[in-house]
Amino acid sequence: MSITVTDNAARHIQKTLDKRGKGFGLRLAVKTSGCSGMAYALEFADESLPEDLIFESSGVRLLVDPRSLPYLDGTELDFVREGLNEGFKFNNPNAKAECGCGESFAV
Amino acid sequence: MALLQIAEPGLAAAPHQHRLAVGIDLGTTNSLVATVASGMARALPDTEGHVLLPSVVRYGESETIVGRTARAEQAVDPLNTLASVKRLMGRSLADADAAMRSHYRLTDAPGMVGIETRAGVKSPVEVSADILRTLRERAEASLGGELTGAVITVPAYFDDAQRQATKDAARLAGLNVLRLLNEPTAAAIAYGLDNAAEGIYAVYDLGGGTFDISILKLTRGIFEVLATNGDPALGGDDFDQHLADWLKRQAGIDDDLPVEDQRRLLALARAVKETLSDIEQAVATCNFSNGRLLDVIVSRSTFTELTADLVARSLRPVRKALRDAGLGAEEIKGVVMVGGSTRMPHVQTAVESLFGTPPLNNLDPDLVVALGAAMQADVLAGNRKSGSEADWLLLDVCPLSLGLETMGGLVEKIVPRNSTIPTARAQDFTTYKDGQTAMSVHVVQGEREIVSECRSLARFTLRGIPAMVAGAARIRVTFQIDADGLLSVSAREQTSGVEAHVEVKPSYGLGDGEVARMLLDAYGTAEIDAATRMLREAQVEARRLIDATDAALAEDGATLLAPPERIVVQTALYTLAELLETDEGDTRKIRAATDALNTVSGDFAARRMDASIKRALAGRSLETL
Repeated sequence: MSITVTDNAARHIQKTLDKRGKGFGLRLAVKTSGCSGMAYALEFADESLPEDLIFESSGVRLLVDPRSLPYLDGTELDFVREGLNEGFKFNNPNAKAECGCGESFAV
Repeated sequence: MALLQIAEPGLAAAPHQHRLAVGIDLGTTNSLVATVASGMARALPDTEGHVLLPSVVRYGESETIVGRTARAEQAVDPLNTLASVKRLMGRSLADADAAMRSHYRLTDAPGMVGIETRAGVKSPVEVSADILRTLRERAEASLGGELTGAVITVPAYFDDAQRQATKDAARLAGLNVLRLLNEPTAAAIAYGLDNAAEGIYAVYDLGGGTFDISILKLTRGIFEVLATNGDPALGGDDFDQHLADWLKRQAGIDDDLPVEDQRRLLALARAVKETLSDIEQAVATCNFSNGRLLDVIVSRSTFTELTADLVARSLRPVRKALRDAGLGAEEIKGVVMVGGSTRMPHVQTAVESLFGTPPLNNLDPDLVVALGAAMQADVLAGNRKSGSEADWLLLDVCPLSLGLETMGGLVEKIVPRNSTIPTARAQDFTTYKDGQTAMSVHVVQGEREIVSECRSLARFTLRGIPAMVAGAARIRVTFQIDADGLLSVSAREQTSGVEAHVEVKPSYGLGDGEVARMLLDAYGTAEIDAATRMLREAQVEARRLIDATDAALAEDGATLLAPPERIVVQTALYTLAELLETDEGDTRKIRAATDALNTVSGDFAARRMDASIKRALAGRSLETL
């Protein structure tokens, strides 16, 4: 069981957490909606819940609820720049298919 | 995969439902379908991996075959295997070109030419629908769901009948047409030119059977077609024909070949041509039905020489288009290459030397139009969030203002010219007379302020407005222009909900020249129009005041006004009424007399207000108020 972030992502997460002024870590989750079945959610976390699993990677705390974990296991969170856009990308070995809009995936 | 941003706790956005939308390039020779997946436009292949669907339909004994197989059977069953029907779209028998006449049995059908086949007379719309249906099925199979809609491309010069025929074909094929998009615009979108710097671009489209050149001007994300030109009978097929003729000479055949051999020879020429785009020389071998064998080596330079006149022929319309647009070749910022025939190296060189800039050719010229259409379809289906970098839906504008007639024959503009479409605009109007129960809505197009100087598009009447005093009714008139330029106007009285509406095509029958003339007219007459507007407004205002004062005098004049006061008001009223009758042309005088009546009746109006409040309050205690 592991979830990691790239150095680039870690730097960006740390920067936004600093700017925000508070935050325990980053919550990664999957939601069962969207066109291809699942969609990622990426949120700040101000506290951890008792059932959360917490991963530490490059100095960043990543919180995942146990129901999301099977879908996210092995995921590497990256921060990339694509043209004018920049943002986070889930490199998820579990994802088999993506929907057209790229917001959701299937396992 | 879309890039994510970190959200505040609990605020991660739920993903939207993705709608499947495709772009379709319905071509003369080949058609194809593309969609946007994961932010990238890509063409959808059929089960065998072919992206291009030959625009050929064969009406067989029991079934209809579309595409590659149909094209292969063209030689066997030429009369029932229909190709290049795009040339006949929206055309009558009289307009049909000679080549199509010689290949098929054309008949005069109502509205559009018909083609006699084994399966009965087919209209070009039906044949196109068969092609579109094949593409729709391919897309649905590959995307795994029903399509929300499609963007279908048409040549920029297609007239209304041809566009309508294309739309009809799509509907017949079960497609919801999000919009028709001009082919050159689609190609420019595929190259992302809409995100690029403003400027003028050329689209050089050498397809299978047609050549089109379009000069586009990009301003703030909007493409305007400055000029189009072309040669409807110049395309890759002609290159094939030239090469085939040469091959025939090489084989020492001068008599006419049977139809089947001719087709076989053409297919061979096409294959040789395609090979020569990649390598310097190719071998042409062919067995003719009379047993004769052809075996010739063709070099690229021979082919270039054989077809140099065709390339030169394509440059003539290019120069003409530049001249029409009033531009020099050096003013063109970029040239987009479209159509498989632009792969030929000597075409590339010719275009480069004319424009003095290497053409844009890194996208597959066969796919580029469909890719652009797919990107447009993605936006129209609502799959891109606004605010993203791709907020570039704005591609077309309405050429002239649209408005409606108000009292006094004036135009109230609802949709100003150059508004990007699709658009919807609403404005509230009210009744002019007490107890008015109907309102006539007259939709006009043009830049002038006076109805008679604009073009009348439609009229309709909103009835059933509840009787109210003048100015109390609220009638919302909404103008809505869809992406194809179809205008619908609706009027709705807000309190009662009564509604009426009409649909019009604003651009119908207005040529570019006419649009330009209407614009020039408007600029030249702006001052006269403004003066007329002021006069008419003064007159309308004066009449409204006369009516109101008349009604008030009849109701309360006797009770609220002393006889001398009444005479003062009536005098002012008559003065104004007389002025309107006799001296209609003086805005200043009318305004002065209106003001005078307003002043003398001001006290009367105040007394009426008091009286009505007293009436309303009479007999009621403070607590109940």
